[in-house]
Amino acid sequence: MADEPLILGIETSCDETGVGIVRGHTLLADALASSVDQHARFGGVVPEVASRAHLEAIVPTMQRALTEAGVALADIDAIAVTAGPGLAGALLVGVAAAKGYAVAAEKPVYGVNHLAAHVAVDTLEHGPLPEPAVALLVSGGHSSLLLVDDLARGVTPLGATIDDAAGEAFDKIARLLGLPFPGGPYIDREARAGDPAAIAFPRGLTAAKDLAAHRYDFSFSGLKTAVARWVEARQRAGEPVPVADVAASFQEAVCDVLVAKALDACRTSGIETLVIGGGVAANSRLRAMAEQRAARHGIRVRVPRPGLCTDNGAMVAALGAHLVASGVAPSRLDLPADSAMPLTTVSV
Amino acid sequence: MLVLVVDSSTPAVTAALVEVTASGVVTRAHRCTVDARAHGELLAPQVDAVLADVGARPTDLGAIVAGLGPGPFTGLRVGLVTAATMGQVLDIPAYGVCSLDAIGYPAAAGEPVLAASDARRREVYWAIYDGAGQRLVGPEVGTPLVAAERARALSVTVAVGDGAHRYADTLGLPLRPEPRYPDANALATLAAERIRAGAPGDPLTPLYLRRPDAVAATARKPVLP
Ligand SMILES: [Zn+2]
Repeated sequence: MADEPLILGIETSCDETGVGIVRGHTLLADALASSVDQHARFGGVVPEVASRAHLEAIVPTMQRALTEAGVALADIDAIAVTAGPGLAGALLVGVAAAKGYAVAAEKPVYGVNHLAAHVAVDTLEHGPLPEPAVALLVSGGHSSLLLVDDLARGVTPLGATIDDAAGEAFDKIARLLGLPFPGGPYIDREARAGDPAAIAFPRGLTAAKDLAAHRYDFSFSGLKTAVARWVEARQRAGEPVPVADVAASFQEAVCDVLVAKALDACRTSGIETLVIGGGVAANSRLRAMAEQRAARHGIRVRVPRPGLCTDNGAMVAALGAHLVASGVAPSRLDLPADSAMPLTTVSV
Repeated sequence: MLVLVVDSSTPAVTAALVEVTASGVVTRAHRCTVDARAHGELLAPQVDAVLADVGARPTDLGAIVAGLGPGPFTGLRVGLVTAATMGQVLDIPAYGVCSLDAIGYPAAAGEPVLAASDARRREVYWAIYDGAGQRLVGPEVGTPLVAAERARALSVTVAVGDGAHRYADTLGLPLRPEPRYPDANALATLAAERIRAGAPGDPLTPLYLRRPDAVAATARKPVLP
């Protein structure tokens, strides 16, 4: 509808330069430039390399988004930008860019929380989010379980990883198995040919004593070590490593914990909607397992299509549109990039 | 023509509006805050403020000039991304000028000068200018000792800039008090010919001078601690 706000979103918290444009819940453009290839040889994202790439990519990515949407910056109602959490130097490029656009086009700017944007992006595919909902956000940088009471004003953290992020575990196990970076898609692909029950890898923080203190928290470091020990024992014995089975069993262990804790949170609070977002939400096993188990409890799982799960500008625009529609005031022009922005802050 | 000037290559965050005419460059509004840790917070409000100072709107701008550094990476990018994005919205050219030139050129005044800004890690970004303010050497990054040796070899008699003040003892040269940081009027003056000619804008590539701190993984690191 033409009277819904036209919102532009800018995302630069990690290695993707994203510019998205939405009108209400309708996605008009989602332009992306990635520096992932420049990081591959380092086995992880190098912050300074990412920041340099954002500076080079922001103007052309904006141009592509505007062309794709068929709009001009003058038509935009507000600009939303990821203000945190993320890599400080990378965030700063996006925030400064958003301010440059906002000042020049005389538009309001909203500095928003990256994690809340991962939740909001689902509205582009499945419409308004029923509140309250539980959200599971899993990527290379974060693994959180949240209670979404009011996406415009604040979400409540239920739990988070106490060591590695889920996506980080995928990257490390991929490296161990000789698969490329980022590891998620490659583990997913290998796992399809493997047996998820071949090896019984540990499920972190699921024992009764751990649940008492860490009911909704995650831990993937023990799993990572267990997989590494298992693989190295094989190698020492001179036996071939069954890559597909290791990938499938590792992936099963990660997904099992994520889904079990997310559904526990839903059932405990009597919540019927589970949203899953973040790069790991693109994992085919996680999607299938969540839908299957949730159905048994009458819980509806909402997962955006894989392209919207990974970091992008559309998710920031989607949250911006929600903030504007909810009457939230824009940010001040001196808004800072906050690499450790807490989940309780949706916009600054 | 009304021109916006920005520089964030040093601890000083600068936004200025200048009028570039056929005969000169006149500063109309100027904001400068010295705070090495708040470039991202300070610059946009300062741009807003200089526009308000002269009662102008962004659409009144005819061009943008940005200091390309060299400078510490994170802060430097703030000025450049601001210039690039504003230029894109307003469809006006943005020109890049070496930030050290905006210290060395106005300071030269008839005698050769060493301009230096702080590069952290006990190093300076530096360049050497002749008496007319033309850059002879640099910009380079290195220890103050190396900069001092090159300056002596070229019979430089005076040093200028925040980096020169910080390492005055090592440089062993008399200091010019001003400009301590890149001068906005000088930045515009150094781009004035291109502005008057309506030359196409620059890609605004920062003068990083240092490679990113990242070591390529040569051997696979063990996953186990
Ligand atoms: Zn993310």
